[in-house]
Amino acid sequence: MSTPVTEQAPQAARRNPAGYRGTKVRRQRVRAAWTFLAPMLVALALVAGWPLLRTFYLSLTDASLSDTAGAALIGFENYLVYDDGAWYGLLTDPVWWNSVWNTVYFSLVSVSLEVVFGIIVALLLNAEFKGRMLVRAAVLIPWAIPTIVSAKMWAWMLNDQFGIINHILMALGLIDAPLAWTADADLSMWAVIMVDVWKTIPFVALLVLAALQMLPRDCYEAAEVDGIHPVKVFFRVTLPLITPALLVAVIFRLLDALRVFDVIYVLTSNSTSTMTMSIYARQQLVEFQDVGYGSAASTLLFLIIALAVVIYLYLGRRQLGVDQ
Amino acid sequence: MNQYQLIKLAKRVGLYALIAVVMVYAIFPFYYAVVTSLKPSSELFRVDFWLSSLDVSNYVQIFTQKSFVRAIFNSIVVSLSVVAIALLLGITASYALGRVRFRGRTTVMLTILGVSMFPQVAVLSGLFEVIRTLNLYNNPGGLILSYTIFTLPFTVWVLTTFMRQLPMELEEAAIMDGATPWITITKVFLPLMWPAMATTGLLAFIAAWNEFLFALTFTLTDDQRTVPVAIALISGGSQHELPWGPIMAASVTVTVPLVILVMIFQKRIVSGLTAGAVKG
Repeated sequence: MSTPVTEQAPQAARRNPAGYRGTKVRRQRVRAAWTFLAPMLVALALVAGWPLLRTFYLSLTDASLSDTAGAALIGFENYLVYDDGAWYGLLTDPVWWNSVWNTVYFSLVSVSLEVVFGIIVALLLNAEFKGRMLVRAAVLIPWAIPTIVSAKMWAWMLNDQFGIINHILMALGLIDAPLAWTADADLSMWAVIMVDVWKTIPFVALLVLAALQMLPRDCYEAAEVDGIHPVKVFFRVTLPLITPALLVAVIFRLLDALRVFDVIYVLTSNSTSTMTMSIYARQQLVEFQDVGYGSAASTLLFLIIALAVVIYLYLGRRQLGVDQ
Repeated sequence: MNQYQLIKLAKRVGLYALIAVVMVYAIFPFYYAVVTSLKPSSELFRVDFWLSSLDVSNYVQIFTQKSFVRAIFNSIVVSLSVVAIALLLGITASYALGRVRFRGRTTVMLTILGVSMFPQVAVLSGLFEVIRTLNLYNNPGGLILSYTIFTLPFTVWVLTTFMRQLPMELEEAAIMDGATPWITITKVFLPLMWPAMATTGLLAFIAAWNEFLFALTFTLTDDQRTVPVAIALISGGSQHELPWGPIMAASVTVTVPLVILVMIFQKRIVSGLTAGAVKG
């Protein structure tokens, strides 16, 4: 974000020897800039800033969905409270911690798989072959399909009695009896991961592909002349060069995965074996109408994601710093 | 044929085989949904890889259902309004952020980036309150308002990166001619920004069309729902009696426009996605 400033500064100085700052035109431009920004900032404050603050506040109250205005402040009781010799509240709720663990597990596994397969697909799309544009468009299809629709499509394919996946697996002799993909507690998380990976490989692949197309050709020519094995070239040349793009793809995907809601809601609804933080929070808020408790869960979810961003930016900056 | 040529041929065959696998993986679920949606309900529970007969009764069933047609209409209204608002606010904001140097610009950019990382659930209860106060609960207006939380930051971000790439000289010429910033935007930049606006508009449209959590939470009755919610809530007698034929028909109906858009605007979508991420 700071690069354009340094790019424009010398230009402006050269063209305006009298000094750019403080001219009438400049004052007019800055005023106009804030006028233009104002509607957007107001909109963001209305839909993001204020609601977030209200969520923080509501998490400290006993609000219910039908009456949020008349809620009484109860301090941190939604989070943790000592009553009659036992601890209560969100932080002692095993279902909450289970959903935290599910979210982390889902995010780590699905994002890792997406990155690996995304790179493979990107390398494939980067190769020269006939009909490349057609294949590229086809690969984009899962990305464009609404999450709800892709969840429904897979739910049908994974259907325990009539699903095509059980049919194929049984025809191949891999399983003896149909598997209950979405109902079985051991399998449902994998079913969800499978659908998410299918849907988001295109996104990762496209970002990686964009990075691959910007790589200098001469490195590869040199490696080829020296007869270095392609696998070694990939790990020594390609991977380090696309790392910045990968880091961006990973953070985008990770943030998406940590707040996952719709695919799980449709595939397995409120089953505890796949319940994530978003599902838990919404269930408390809307279905149990307990806005105070649900807001506490939302607040913790927000803090966990914010923490993930901070850690990621810190590690990412160090990683990029080493590369440079 | 010598050994070198043989290896080359084998590599070529391997490449095409791998491409075929990726193609099947990407397309098959959608293809299978199309096949299922065109089956009569009597054949639904027989696994077929190909279409043996053409039966449109599932489509007839969903299109004679008033609430589904209404949901499509709601989705179109909501998505188009969201795109219009995002572009209108985005183009002016991106001019300010991309072309003018002023104190606090970095803060504004960081705020926008921060908002785009918000988990939607984190604002759910606060936003619910705002929407109820504005009397927009169970109303497409509430969805249009709430969708700006994810379309606006993204639109501003991408348009700003495009706006920065335009040459300085254009604007200087306009300033020399005494054009106000508003005239500069509408007369100088807008004609040049159409490709970028088409890209971001398309991405915002897809995001709004696909959104589920807000649509599920902020609407109550069938006639106010959007398509994703309508599909998710299609139900039969019990969990095990879901009407898969109509569900697949509805799924195909709402996905076909998107697939066509993707096929036509593939290049634009890719450039928009990468501009939002790589250059950001």
